[in-house]
This record gives sequence, C-alpha cells and structure tokens, in this order.
Amino acid sequence: MSNRIDGMGRLLNRDTPVSFTFNGKTLSGYQGDTLASALLANDQMLMGRSFKYHRARGVVASGAEEPNALVNMGEGARFEPNQRVTTTELFDGLTAKSQNHWPNLNFDVGVINNYVSKFLPAGFYYKTFMFPRFAWKHVFEPIVRHSAGLGKPPTEADTDRYEHFYAFVDVLIVGGGIAGVQAALAAGQSGAKVLLVEQTAHWGGRAVVDGAIIDGKPAEEWLIETLQTLENMDNVTIRTRIMGAGVYDHGYALGYERITDHAPETNAPRHRLWRIRAKQIITATGAIERPLSFAGNDIPGVMLASAVRDYLVNWGIAVGQRTVVVTNNDDGYRTAIALKQAGLEVPAVIDVREQVQSNLAKQARALGIEIREGRAIASVKGGKRVTGVGVSIMQGTGGAQEEIKCDCVAMSGGWSPVVHLWSHCGGKLNWIEEHAHFAPDPKRPPLGDEGQGFVITAGIASGAMETGTVLQNADAAGKSAAKAAGFASKRTRVAKADDVATQVMLPAWILPTNALPELRAKMWLDFQNDVKVSDIQLAAREGYESVEHTKRYTTLGMATDQGKLSNINGLAVLSDALGQEIPQTGTTTFRPPYTPISMGAIAGEARGEIFQPLRQTPIHQWHVGHNAYMEPVGLWHRPYCYPRGEETHQEAVTREVNNTRQKLGLLDASTLGKLIVKGPDAGKFLDMLYTNMMSNLKPGRCRYGLMCSENGFLVDDGVVARIDEDTFLCHTTSGGAERIHGWMEEWLQTEWWDWQVYVANVTEQFAQVAVVGPNARKVLEKLGGMDVSKDALSFMGWADGILGGFDVRVYRISFSGELSYEIAVPASQGRAFWDALHAAGAEFGAMAYGTEALHIMRAEKGFIMIGDETDGTIIPQDLGLNWAISKKKDDFLGKRAQQRSHMASKDRWQLVGLETLDGSVLPDGAYALAEGENANGQRNTQGRVTSTYHSPTLFRGIAMGLVLHGPDRMGEVIEFGNIDGTTISAKIVDPVFYDKEGIKQNV
Amino acid sequence: MLIFECPYCGVKAEETELHAGGEAHLTRHGAGASDDDLKSYLFMRKNPKGVHFERWQHANGCGKWFHAARCTMTLEVFGTYSAQTFEPPAELVKKIKKKRPDWEGWT
Amino acid sequence: MRRYSAFAVAREALRYNKGWGRAWRAPQPKKHYDVVIVGAGGHGLATAYYLGKNFGITNVAILEKGWLGGGNTGRNTTIIRSNYLQDPSAAIYEKARGLYETMSQDLNMNVMFSPRGVMMLAQTQHEIRGFQRTAQANAFQGVKTEFISAQRVKQLVPIMNVDGPRYPVLGALWQERAGTARHDAVAWAYARACSDMGMDIIQKCEVTAVNQSGGQVTGVETTRGAISCKKLAILVAGNSGDLARMAGFRLPMESVALQALVSEPIKPCLDVVVMANTVHGYISQSDKGEFVIGGGTDMYNNYTQRGSFHHIEETVRALVETFPMISRMKMMRQWGGIVDVTGDRSPIISKTPLGNCFINGGWGTGGFKSIPGSGWGMAELVAKGEHGPLTAEFGLDRFNEGRFIDESVAAGVAH
Repeated sequence: MSNRIDGMGRLLNRDTPVSFTFNGKTLSGYQGDTLASALLANDQMLMGRSFKYHRARGVVASGAEEPNALVNMGEGARFEPNQRVTTTELFDGLTAKSQNHWPNLNFDVGVINNYVSKFLPAGFYYKTFMFPRFAWKHVFEPIVRHSAGLGKPPTEADTDRYEHFYAFVDVLIVGGGIAGVQAALAAGQSGAKVLLVEQTAHWGGRAVVDGAIIDGKPAEEWLIETLQTLENMDNVTIRTRIMGAGVYDHGYALGYERITDHAPETNAPRHRLWRIRAKQIITATGAIERPLSFAGNDIPGVMLASAVRDYLVNWGIAVGQRTVVVTNNDDGYRTAIALKQAGLEVPAVIDVREQVQSNLAKQARALGIEIREGRAIASVKGGKRVTGVGVSIMQGTGGAQEEIKCDCVAMSGGWSPVVHLWSHCGGKLNWIEEHAHFAPDPKRPPLGDEGQGFVITAGIASGAMETGTVLQNADAAGKSAAKAAGFASKRTRVAKADDVATQVMLPAWILPTNALPELRAKMWLDFQNDVKVSDIQLAAREGYESVEHTKRYTTLGMATDQGKLSNINGLAVLSDALGQEIPQTGTTTFRPPYTPISMGAIAGEARGEIFQPLRQTPIHQWHVGHNAYMEPVGLWHRPYCYPRGEETHQEAVTREVNNTRQKLGLLDASTLGKLIVKGPDAGKFLDMLYTNMMSNLKPGRCRYGLMCSENGFLVDDGVVARIDEDTFLCHTTSGGAERIHGWMEEWLQTEWWDWQVYVANVTEQFAQVAVVGPNARKVLEKLGGMDVSKDALSFMGWADGILGGFDVRVYRISFSGELSYEIAVPASQGRAFWDALHAAGAEFGAMAYGTEALHIMRAEKGFIMIGDETDGTIIPQDLGLNWAISKKKDDFLGKRAQQRSHMASKDRWQLVGLETLDGSVLPDGAYALAEGENANGQRNTQGRVTSTYHSPTLFRGIAMGLVLHGPDRMGEVIEFGNIDGTTISAKIVDPVFYDKEGIKQNV
Repeated sequence: MLIFECPYCGVKAEETELHAGGEAHLTRHGAGASDDDLKSYLFMRKNPKGVHFERWQHANGCGKWFHAARCTMTLEVFGTYSAQTFEPPAELVKKIKKKRPDWEGWT
Repeated sequence: MRRYSAFAVAREALRYNKGWGRAWRAPQPKKHYDVVIVGAGGHGLATAYYLGKNFGITNVAILEKGWLGGGNTGRNTTIIRSNYLQDPSAAIYEKARGLYETMSQDLNMNVMFSPRGVMMLAQTQHEIRGFQRTAQANAFQGVKTEFISAQRVKQLVPIMNVDGPRYPVLGALWQERAGTARHDAVAWAYARACSDMGMDIIQKCEVTAVNQSGGQVTGVETTRGAISCKKLAILVAGNSGDLARMAGFRLPMESVALQALVSEPIKPCLDVVVMANTVHGYISQSDKGEFVIGGGTDMYNNYTQRGSFHHIEETVRALVETFPMISRMKMMRQWGGIVDVTGDRSPIISKTPLGNCFINGGWGTGGFKSIPGSGWGMAELVAKGEHGPLTAEFGLDRFNEGRFIDESVAAGVAH
C-alpha cells in the first residue's frame, strides 16, 4: 500500500526508484526520500520501541529532533546502531532493522514493562533492588542492562575511512534556510570569507515547505536565484550535508560532514570532521516545533504538525487519510490547510485557545475545516496506530470526551529556536513570554579571545517568527558579523516578505489543564526515555527541584535526541509543579554535539599504524628484516630482542647477552637523546641542571650526570661530553630527549635569559651504535681510520675521526661493563655504518642485541635505569649516587628541595643488590615485608624490588631494590612477599654483580 | 580551543601548537631558601577566578616561551608579552583594569 | 524518613505516587550550628553523614551555592576502584570502595554500585612492571588485585582489539571488586540520610566570607545571612581557592578542566571498566547502555566547565584503536568538569592555619571513587580535631616536608 500523493513531493525524483529493506522486507522508495519518508510511504508507521516501557513507537518528527525512529542500519563492518530515519537519506540497497525489541517489532516481550509501567515511575530503581546485596550485580543489573540500551553493538571493525579538514573563515554560517542564505549574502557582499553549511541535503528549510513569498515570488525561486549568486561569489563557499556540531572557545567550530552516508559505495571518506576557525559565527539554525502533552501523545500516528506538513510537501506522503490537528498557536493551521488542499480529510482542528480569529484560522474555515476552540485532546485511541481521539474542554479534567475517528494526529505546541550552538560556549538566553520559548539574548553572547561576542543568531533562531522579520534579522546578522570580522558592509537590498498577522499562542503545557493523574501518567514528554508529565511532578514532589536534579532523576532530555522536543515542555511542567516562573527554573546546559556524531569522524585518519606518530631510527628496517620483537618506547619502536627460528624471547635475550659478554654485541642506540649545549655560559648552565659539576670537564672527556627536578626528584641521566670550551653534548634517556630539551629551553628563556647559551636537539641528526664486548676494539681496528687504542682513547674519553670511511664520533663509554664504544655517525649513514659493522664483525662474532639484553647487562653491572630505579619519587641520594652530587656548587636544580626534612631523612629506602637464596628471580615490584601492620591494617614493608632479571652471566636471579637502611645491612636476609601469599628470601648485597673492579670495561 | 598571539613570531597560535606552563612571574627560591619560600615557589598558586598571568610555550611553532594574561572564567586573553620580564607591561595592566574595574590588580 | 522498598513503590504506584514526600527537607538556615560544612557535593554530604553516624554530631548545616551534587559528583565517569600504589591512597580508596559495597543498604537508596571489575591495560613493558608492582603493593594493603594476561583481557572484553599495531595489550592490572555506581544517587542518598538525621542542607546559599576571631573560625557570611559555627569544614573542590582566600590562607592547588563524553546507548557489550593509560582513555558502559568515556585534563587554569576539543579527539582516537567497533558509534554528549589538582596530585585532608577550620579537596580525577572514605576520614578529623590514620598522611604539612603521595608513578595520567 502506498501513501504517496500524485504530483506532490518537491524533493522526490520519481524517475529513480530505490529499493531497500526494513526488517528483512524489501520495500521501495524514490531518490530524494529519507528512510522515514520511504517507510511512511510504505505505510510502515511502527518503527521502534521506547527505551524503558518498550512501547510501540512511530516517527514523530521529520528532522534531527526525532526521538523515536532509530534503527540498526547496514551489515557487517558497516553496521551502525541508532540511525535516525529522519536524517538518513535513502539509497539503493539500504538495509534497516528496528531495534530494542525481542523477538520482533510487532510482538515485543519487553512491552511487559509497559503493562507494569505504573510500578516503574521515575527513579523507581533508586528505591528498589537493594536486597539481597549481591542481587544488584548478579540479578537486577543484568536485567536492567538488557532491557535498556537501544541498538545492537557493532561487532566488526569499521572499514570506512574518515578524515579531518581545516577551514579558516571570517564568517561561518550554520543553517541553510532562508535566514542562513540571506545572512551569507549580506556577509558575502562585504567581501568577507564566508562558509555556509546546511545539515541536510537541501537548502531552504521551512520557508520552501510553507510556500512563503519572497520578493513577490515563491521562496523556492528566490532561493535558487540567491544560491546561484552565492555560488558565483569567490569569497563564499556553500556546502550541504554539513552539520554545525559544536561551538568551542575562541571561534572554533566543528562541522560534521556526511559524505557517503547516502552513497556508501562511493570511493571517498564516509565522514569528514571540519575543524573551523571563524572570526564570527552566525547560527541560522531555525526552530523546532514542540509537541503537546496529552494522554497517549506517544502512540504511532501522533506527529508534529510541521512533520506532517514536511512529509506531505517534500515527499508527497499522506501520513494519514484523516488527520486531527491539535494546536495552541496559528502554525498548526498551516498543516490543516496543506492537508485539506491536498485532498485529505481534516475532521477538526482542536485549538486550546478560545475564539480564534486569525487569518490562518479564517483560511482554514473557508476550506471547510471545523475548528474546535477551547478544546483539548484528552485521550488518544489505538495501540500501534492512532484510531481516534477523545476531545474534551481545555479548562477541564479530561472527562466527558467526544470521540473523533482519525488515523493521524498533528500536534503543534509552538516553536522553540534552536539555541544549542549559541549556548555551547556560554551564550545566554531570555524567556520570551509571547512565544513561550527561550531565545538568545544578543547582549550576552559567547565571548571570544578578545572578549568580543563571536556568535550572532539569524532568523527564527533569533526568535524572529515570520518570514519578513526573518530576512531582515538575517541580513542584519550577516552585516554585523562581517563588520565584526573587519569588513565594511555594503548597503545592499534585503529580500522582502510580508509577515502574516498571527493570533498570540496560548502556552498550554498540559491538555486539558486540570487533567487527572491517570491522564498525566500517559502524557509523554521525553518519548525515547519514557518520561511523562507525572514523572516530572513526582520528581518535584520529592524535592528534585533543580532542573538538573529533575533531568537526572527522571532522565528527561538525556536520550539520543538530547531533549530537543522535551526540554521546554519538561521545564514548564516542573515550573508549574514548583509554582514558579519558567525563567526561574532555567534550562539545563546545552552541550555539544548538536546531534550525535560518529566516533570514526572524531578519530579521523589516525588509526592503525599511524594512530600516533611513529619514530624510527635509520636502522629500523634492518631490525624489521631480522625478526625483531619491537617495543614502544615513547613514540619510538625499539627492538626488544631478535628471536631466531623457534627461540622464545627469553632464549633470544640470553643468547644476545652471552654473545655480547663473550664476543661482540651491536646495539642501535640512535634513540638516545643528543642535545648540543653551546655558548660562553654553557658550563655554568649545565652546573645548574646537573647535580654534578660539568664546567670543569675537559674537552675530549665524558662524564655521567644526573638531573633533578626543582622538587628534588631524579628525572634523567646520561653521559655529557665536552666538545670544546663552549660546547657540550648531553646524552639523555631515549624517552627524555624532547622533555629535557624543553626543560633546558624553559630555564634559558624564562629564568636565566641573560645567560649566553644555545641548545639544539640533534637526536635525529645522528645514528648511534654501541659496539660492545671483548672484540669491540678488534672490529673497529679492522674498519680502520682512527686510533681506538686504550692509550689514544681511554675510558670516558671521546674522539672524532674516521672508521671504515665513515665520519664518526666515538665515545668510550659503557652501560654494560664491557669494553664499549658508542659511535655516532650522521643519520643518513647510520644504516650503512651498521651494515659495515656487521660485515667487518662477522669474524668476531658480531650480533645485534636489543633493549632487554641491554637492561640485563646494566643490571648485572649495577647501573640504574631511569624509570626502573626511579619513578618520580626517588632522589639521587636514595640510589647511592652521592658521588654524583657536587658538594662544591652553591646551587643546582633540586638542591634546596633535597634538604627538606623528609628527603634528608636517614630512613628513606636505599639502593642495594638482592640475591635470592634459592637463585630464583624475584617478582617484579615485590615488596620486602616488615613486622606488623600500620594503623590502617596494611602490612608494613621495608623495601621493594626495582629491577629483577635472570642473569645469563651469573646463572641466577639478580635484582636491585630499595631497602630501609639497606647499605648498612649487607649480608642480611630479608623476606619478599609474593601475591600468592608466599615469601621469598633474599640477601642484601652490593648492587654491582659483575666485574666489580671494572676490569672488563677498562681494557 | 584557545588562541594566543605569540609575541615572538606574531602568529595567532592554536592551542594545539602551545604548551601551557602554569602561573607566571614566580620567584625561584633555590639554595638557602626557607621551607615556606620553597613551598610557595613550588606549589602555592593563585589559581584565581578571573585574571591570571601565565606562561605558555609556542611549542609546535617558534619554540619560544611567552606570558599571557587570561581570564579563567571567560577565557578572554587580555594580551601576551615577553617571558623575559619580572612583571606584566604597565599598559596591559591598565587595559585589564579598564575592562575589569573590580580586578584587584597585579600584585 | 519514608523507607524505600519495592513494596513502598508498589503501594505508592496504586495511588499515583501521591504519598512520596521530599527526599530531603528544604529548611531555612538557623543562626548557629556546631559544624558548618561548605559544599553539598558527595564529599561534603558524606562528611556530614559520618559526623552524625560515627560521632553523633547532628547539629550540622551543609551549605551549597548551587544544587546539591551539582559539581563533580554529577560530572564524573563513575569509576570506583582502589588499586592505588601508595599506602595512604590505597587505604582511603579501599575504605571508600568497601563503603560503596554496602551503601545502598546503609543509606536505603539504591546507588547501583556495580562491582563489575576495573582493568588497567599494560601496553608497554614499563607499564607491565608498574602494574606488577601495584599488584604486589596491593596484596599487602588488603586490596585484592591481580596482573592478568592479554588472553584473559580478551576473555573479559571480547570487543577489545588486543593486537593493535602500535600498542598491543600485554596484560592488565585487574581489580575484580572495583566498578561503577550511579553518581547522582550517591549525593542524593547521603543528602536524604543527612536530612533524616536532622541536618540542614541549604541549597542556593553561597558563602561570601569566613568569620574568625583570635585565629579561630566563628562562622560564615552567606547569601542567606550570617551563620555561626564551632567548626567549619570546606569541601568545595574547584572552589577551594576561593574559600581559602576568604579564610585567609593559600593552597597548593590549581583548577583545570577534565572532559568526558558519552556515546549513544546500545545493548550491553562491555561488562567491565577499561582504563588505558598509555593511549589516554577510559571507558565503561552504563546501565542505560551508553559508553561513558573519560579523557585527559587541560593544562591551563579554567573554571568554565568546558574544555578543548583536541582532548576529545585524542581520547576517542585511542578508544577507536582499542575498541574498533566504537568507530561506528556516535558521541552523544561531551562535557567538562573542573578538577582541583594539588602539587603531588593527591588530595588534601587537613587542618588549616585557621583554627577549627578544616579542608578537604584536591582530589583531581579521583574524587568520586573516594567519597565515602573521604567523608569517613574527614568526619573524624572534624569531630576530633586530629587526624585518624586514614587521613594522617594527607595534611598540608607534607608540602613543607617534601613528603609526597605520588600516584602518577604507577597510574600515568588517568585516575
């Protein structure tokens, strides 16, 4: 059965039929349809189930405000829940399924909630489900959770693409109705760079539906001409399918573009998030019609009057054959008139006002429509579809009803400007008594970076209710925005239209005025969340008086439509219950986005490999080619180890350690931070940054240094090489390069700005390779080109030179305890140098090793690791590093902080080595137990493990840890706890397990 | 999404280009300071509801630190200025005073 | 107080709920109270409740400049956990978690505490070690946690991608008895219980001055008149600085925006709370079916209750990476709360330089989960004038002594 009316449907292309499925049934519509209009055309009024009571629900609106008709759409990787049918453009092959029901839409077991809805008023769950205690988690909560929720979860990873886009404009205009278009014209003519966006696929908004006359011609004609003018202006960009999603501070706005939602097979990103910076933003976002609150106003077939009109005019649909219009204002008559003129029956207009004499009412009467003044709908007949209404007098309780048969009810409760974008950043509202709505207060706009207002409203979004005023208002908005953005506005002509004289509306928040409780319990305010008039009244009675309390207690306005239809009505009912004026009650806060936007669009292109920037060393590809198991270190990927064949990671690490200790290991140390510090005051500067003295370091020599925060804690360490009198090269940890560079700059720019020092981060300018092991010198000698003998280049020395034809800087430093050279080459030669080392080193047993072998070897040697031995709470004194804290310097960063009582305490835990008695490996992070419990019943502890490894060199577990008075307790055995309740005995030993005398590194 | 004009490179810098550095014009208390002075320097902050003098770094831009006066209630930026100074420029203080007559002033 | 029960709900239903009275009274302020509490958020109300319940002090007013529970109590992501590293933190958060377990019964209002389990993902070797350490510490703090494998993570959260190309999941710190609760209801339940004990909750009453004499607090000036008191407790989170200024002292505290968002509701598919610190994001699914998602804080002082969108982008990006199915869900609403953070990111529960004036604040991102524990400890401090063990380490003196309680050690950014 089709509800299409021949010759109507301005958006339809009847030459292009489109096939789609709903709940498995194949249906057809036309190009230009929305899913909502196509379903209505197929007489599919029942579209979903409500959230709480699982009541049957049909579409109630025609746009973004739709609360009911949400569907599961698509399949597989393109499945998406909660798609609003009113904003879904129809395309061939669309598949939709209704949601929130079981087993099917027509018969939903969950509707049992409806039959007991009397027992499920607002907040009933706060008063029940408390006993027995564990029942909430195990019984009640699962029931609530499964009953709640709307769509099904997607199960597959999304295969669509998303992207971000930047736009910088003078004036952003949101909304492509006649107000937005007129504002764009005014702003564009000033020369300002203008971006005009419209959320739907069509321009014109309401005026074209309602057949307004502009400049003596139909609005549609005016629109086409004006859009053409805008198209021809180089400084103006106009785009459809972009919703203004949010306004943020300092003129930032988000545009949500749905590029391929209506054409999913197109090879393009699905959504595009526009990050717009605008000097001025005009919100020409129109208004939304309010429902009326009468018993049964949620039954499918009860719709906004404007939506009934939209479906008729835009898509040629007769929602019903017999439509009763119920209204409290003149606008409802437009629907009655349009329906009648289309040849449909309108048995009555029920107007809550007495004596309606407006032009529109007269026009309706002239068409033979009966107007029932001072009347209200007291009840709606029907279950899954309206069959009739019971009409009673407005000033009554809802008794003595007269029934009128109908299959559609069109309700009009007046119009509320869409103020969301205005309000996102703090724009304030005024209550306008005449129209019973909140409208933006132009005197209190959201403020920009210079304290200027940066949002202006245009058209009905400002509260201008009639076409002529809308155009005037929009023109003014366009001109003031351009002016505020620095463009002198031209004296251009404003399009003219006549305002229709209207009769003042009657704010009627409940129909009828004194409706009995049983009727109020059936008056829906929030259709999706099932919040009724009686719920708001209950909340008020229970003291949830703040509008935020009421919202949270009843869930009013918290559904996916975010209260676009329910907020004002809810506020009014609450105010009435509290006996106060609506402005006194105030509104809840408007938060972005205007309507829900996809997470995919928010995430943008950054997914998978490029989810975050990836830093790779010049040698990275070699690692990948050699089966390296990579670990993230900051944004770097570093080889953890290089498993061969069937080796486990542990086996690979053991092999790498043994080979390095016995022959020759090669480590890609390129990630190590390298900072050049240069200038006459460089030494003085480093003396402040490091705890030890750097200014007396001799050129050609290296020194290990520690850096502390001003709060005293150890933050980084590394070897400093003095290049010449004015120049130092500071090595930092791999993760620390940017942080420490920033730290240096901060001090130089903000505290010691008169010191003559420059800092440059050259981390990525050099590749660095650690050549480690007994054969290290042999391979370098084989490469040849410089003297790397003990005499020429002693331990903790460095030298520039040539090795195997490469320009190198060789540091004789060791983090493993072996004979070791760290060799820097220009980054571009890093890979070639690495390959040359492998080639030359083959005969000496050269083998790459990864970070885990590095860690084990440093632990065997008792070297601390930033991030292991330190955690932001450790001072150098805790780690036995007093030797690296200068006593001679007056000051260095952190010095004063380390003198505070708690830091100077002798009772701080201190670094020691730990050896389990049974040779096992202590668990990571294990705590050393002490006697008794503290006052909070926690077991007392006296230390903890900071690093723990199996040492392939010593064939046993070794560990470092912090222990109370540790260095004074050498040889003592203490107990470490394990999570399973067992303990492990370990002896306190020197933290240097390997080559205590340093013979191996100093050859 | 704040914007500040970087006083060094003149760019209207996006918040994503910037690194916030907390209250400006703190006096460093190093060696020899009292515990109270040290605590003040390290931790005590004005945290005003209103005009706040603060440090920013144009981290993903020219790299320079600068100072800004900003309202923490409206996020209005009254002005930016060099970080190499011990107090805000007098004309900026005057400008803020004019805009916010109730402001207690720079201390 | 009308007791809440299924029976009462049913009985009232049959008469259109006409019998339900106010959940809490709306009294006029009296001239004097033994204790005035500033701030009717979760912490203030809990403090009042335990003052009455544990110490019999009921001549108490709780002053609120807006509406009760309207600050961070109603703006957080409702996570409750106690898997903290440092002893003092673990003690107070575990106390809180324990009290949450029985809160619905204790207060006769269902706060929907749902011990669904909280996991903190380890996505670097460093995090593995950190969380193993936390699990070790927790074992001796009486906090039951464990370090679980990536396979177990996948079992508990089938929608998670544990093999992402950048930060594969290597394991997680798992606290089975942690979870979520209905945040607003916590404030309402305490308010109702306090009111029932005869305490006065006075909303829309802003403190404008703190009165003192001889170094002792004597009362406050408010927009609803002067109120004298013997003791004053300040629990106003982001507004701590203002109150401290009125009382004549300063705090090591700053206020910044923390943002959160919710998705549209869908049927249940995420049964636990997941926190991912490396990529900065945490997520749970509410009983209504929405994904409740929290992200990072802005680094600048801010009182606007809104933040910068790039944090939302970062958070969502991280979650799309971790939960690929989220890509096709939609963000329904985003908002900001103002969190008060201290120099060591741990709270302050302390005496102040002003006699008989006590402060509790600086909870940063840990406020909601601590409410009952914080109130319990604060009540003891206010009642006795001295710290009990639960709050002993949280005094302001720690900033002089260099004795910090630093949780960033283990937890990264998110709490």
